[in-house]
Amino acid sequence: MSKRKILMSLATLCVLSTAAAAEGPKAGGVINAVIQPEPPSLMVGLVQNGPTQMVAGNIYEGLLRYSPKLDPLPGLAESWSVSEDGKVYTFKLVKGATWHDGKPFTSADVLFSIEFLKQTHARARGNLVQLDKVEAPDESTVVFTLKQPFGPFIGIFEVGSLPMIPKHIYEGTDFKTNPANNTPIGTGPFMFKEWQKGSFIRLVKNPSYHVKGKPNIDEIYWHVIPDAAARSVAYETGKVDVLPGGSVENFDVPRLSKLKNTCVTGAGWEFFSPHSWLWLNNRAGPTANKKFRQALMFAIDRNMAKDVVWNGLGKVATGPSGSAIKYYTSAVPKYDYDPAKAKALLKEAGYKGEKVRMLPLPYGETWQRWAEMVRQNLQDVGINVDMIATDVPGWNQKVSEWDYDIAFTYLYQYGDPALGVGRNYVSSQIAKGSPFNNVEGYSNPEIDKLFADGAVAFPDSAREEIYAKAQKILVEDVPVAWMLELQFPTITRCRVKNLVTTGIGVNDGFRDAWIEK
Amino acid sequence: MLVRNPSGMIGLAILTIAVAVAVFGPLLFPTSPWRMVQRPFLPPLTMPGLPLGTDALGRDVMAGIIYGARVSLLVGLISTLASLAIGIPLGAVAGYFGGKIDDALMRFTEFFQTVPSFALAIVLVAIMQPSIVSMVAAIAVVSWPPVARLVRGEVLSLRTREYVQAAVVTGQTNWWIIWREILPNALSPVIVLASLMVATAILLESSLSFLGLGDPNLMSWGYMVGAGRTVIRQAWWITVFPGIAILLSVLALNLIGEGLNDALNPRLAKGGRRA
Repeated sequence: MSKRKILMSLATLCVLSTAAAAEGPKAGGVINAVIQPEPPSLMVGLVQNGPTQMVAGNIYEGLLRYSPKLDPLPGLAESWSVSEDGKVYTFKLVKGATWHDGKPFTSADVLFSIEFLKQTHARARGNLVQLDKVEAPDESTVVFTLKQPFGPFIGIFEVGSLPMIPKHIYEGTDFKTNPANNTPIGTGPFMFKEWQKGSFIRLVKNPSYHVKGKPNIDEIYWHVIPDAAARSVAYETGKVDVLPGGSVENFDVPRLSKLKNTCVTGAGWEFFSPHSWLWLNNRAGPTANKKFRQALMFAIDRNMAKDVVWNGLGKVATGPSGSAIKYYTSAVPKYDYDPAKAKALLKEAGYKGEKVRMLPLPYGETWQRWAEMVRQNLQDVGINVDMIATDVPGWNQKVSEWDYDIAFTYLYQYGDPALGVGRNYVSSQIAKGSPFNNVEGYSNPEIDKLFADGAVAFPDSAREEIYAKAQKILVEDVPVAWMLELQFPTITRCRVKNLVTTGIGVNDGFRDAWIEK
Repeated sequence: MLVRNPSGMIGLAILTIAVAVAVFGPLLFPTSPWRMVQRPFLPPLTMPGLPLGTDALGRDVMAGIIYGARVSLLVGLISTLASLAIGIPLGAVAGYFGGKIDDALMRFTEFFQTVPSFALAIVLVAIMQPSIVSMVAAIAVVSWPPVARLVRGEVLSLRTREYVQAAVVTGQTNWWIIWREILPNALSPVIVLASLMVATAILLESSLSFLGLGDPNLMSWGYMVGAGRTVIRQAWWITVFPGIAILLSVLALNLIGEGLNDALNPRLAKGGRRA
């Protein structure tokens, strides 16, 4: 490869905007959306839970945005290049970008944001661990130098992962208590206007947004409606036009989808790629036996769960990586629904009807029904399942203290196996106290080495080979029982156009959205 | 005694059916009520063998109601027995000995009475982790105080009777007197109360299960109503039938309680007018 250069040129950008122009985006209009639950804060540099990212992603921006295929798109950086050895990343910032208070956005803000987030954002800290230094040769250039090549680096600049923070507001203050946290100031297409706690959050159009002609929408109201049934009703009665993924119970989705002028999409979650599985305790009990774990995979009818519990949304997971994640391979051992095979494996495993404790995920109806279905699948092949009822804190405690045999969960994967997959399988991540690490206690030196090598291998083809190998070994060993790649459908009125265009969907979607008159 | 009371007879008839279903139903429906037998959301009477349709996962609603009868009646009965086991001795001791013992026991009882019983039951189940044992225990703990107060009142009035005084004079022990002389005569109002308590216990069990605090391994009516609640607009039958089951069994127990009250009340039993 000659000079390796990833350049999303302005030409491509023009193609995108002319494509939109052909459909004729109209300026103006107000969008009413649901936000569930009410975010604790909109300062995304300090708080990163789901609803915060969803609202704040339209106020703040990252250096890059990501397509549904997770290819980088220009954000606050208009172009970027990577040195041949994969260690130096140079970003050119967009010209004329300003903060909502009128101050210009410069490379100094980028440098400040990196320092800010290292203090406040655990995931950003992890993502930046290979960063050696970051410099700003001039006002609109930022150069990141890494200690060694780190393939996932190009994937860490999304607004929820590395939002740009205004230096002139936060420098020299106590970040957590800065009063500006209540009136967030970003560079994004929408400006924070007001927040009536318990009722709504109102954002208005940023008239001097750095992308000319955007945004089209004048105002966004994010409505806080605590009850799931009431959220469905709010949509039906026309009070809201946008139900972001996860804001209504799954059982309501088919009914709402059938309403007139209603569009449903499962897209817009590719970056997060929520992946669900059953933690299987690899340390003790029947689940410590690999044959028993494989039997579980054959015993569970995942297609039926997808069709009945998730109304056909999502995909049956084939292994540790979601299919939208980089270096995903489907060339792994297959586990189709086959109760007879499961029974045979149980016999080989020497299972004699010991009680197996199963923890459902206490996130509402869907998850409860799903657990009941899986329990039935397991009982059908002769596994003696004892379902334990818990609430969220109880679930967290039991899972992070390893007090379970089988436990439902789902986690985000953040586009790259080094960012969101390896953590659940490498032995260095075995530690009590977190429900997000290697909770199952799987330990395999070969896997440890593959994930360690994969993170820093260069170029991409080398990484691909390593991760293909890792996926194969994991799927053979079944450290956890992968269930589904989840999809949280976004339900909108069809006249709301172009809302979901990137890999994080509604989280930064209002920049491109418009309303058909 | 109950024969002369038509509404009591109706109650008894319904309860007999419910008990028969609970005991013999599983013989007719040998498969688990959790089994997915058909496609989900099948309306009633559309498929032979599924008279009440299927729920959100394609499980037979009829089978759920039959297995649910076991859980509801069992929880109702056992938790009532348990609260009688707490309330009767406490009330008897308080009423018989009086004085400081009475004061102490009654303040203790009032302590439980002042806490809203359903809230207390929720807390207890949540702490002990939802299971059939914790549900029975929680219901027993919140429902014994009325028993204790009732028994205490009865004992207070009975211990001044001449036959009790005579027993004291002949030197019998206190425990013997309570057991042989007083309690048998205090029992009829307790029986009436107990039948109503079974009804309340069934309601409590259903409410707990409705809130998702039931035993996740046992099918119960409250669970069915709770699970069907979110889809009531698509599939009314999932909630309505178990709801009717709860209504009928609680109604039956109330009718029986009233019938028993009429029958066991000596003044009414002699053919007096009902107050």
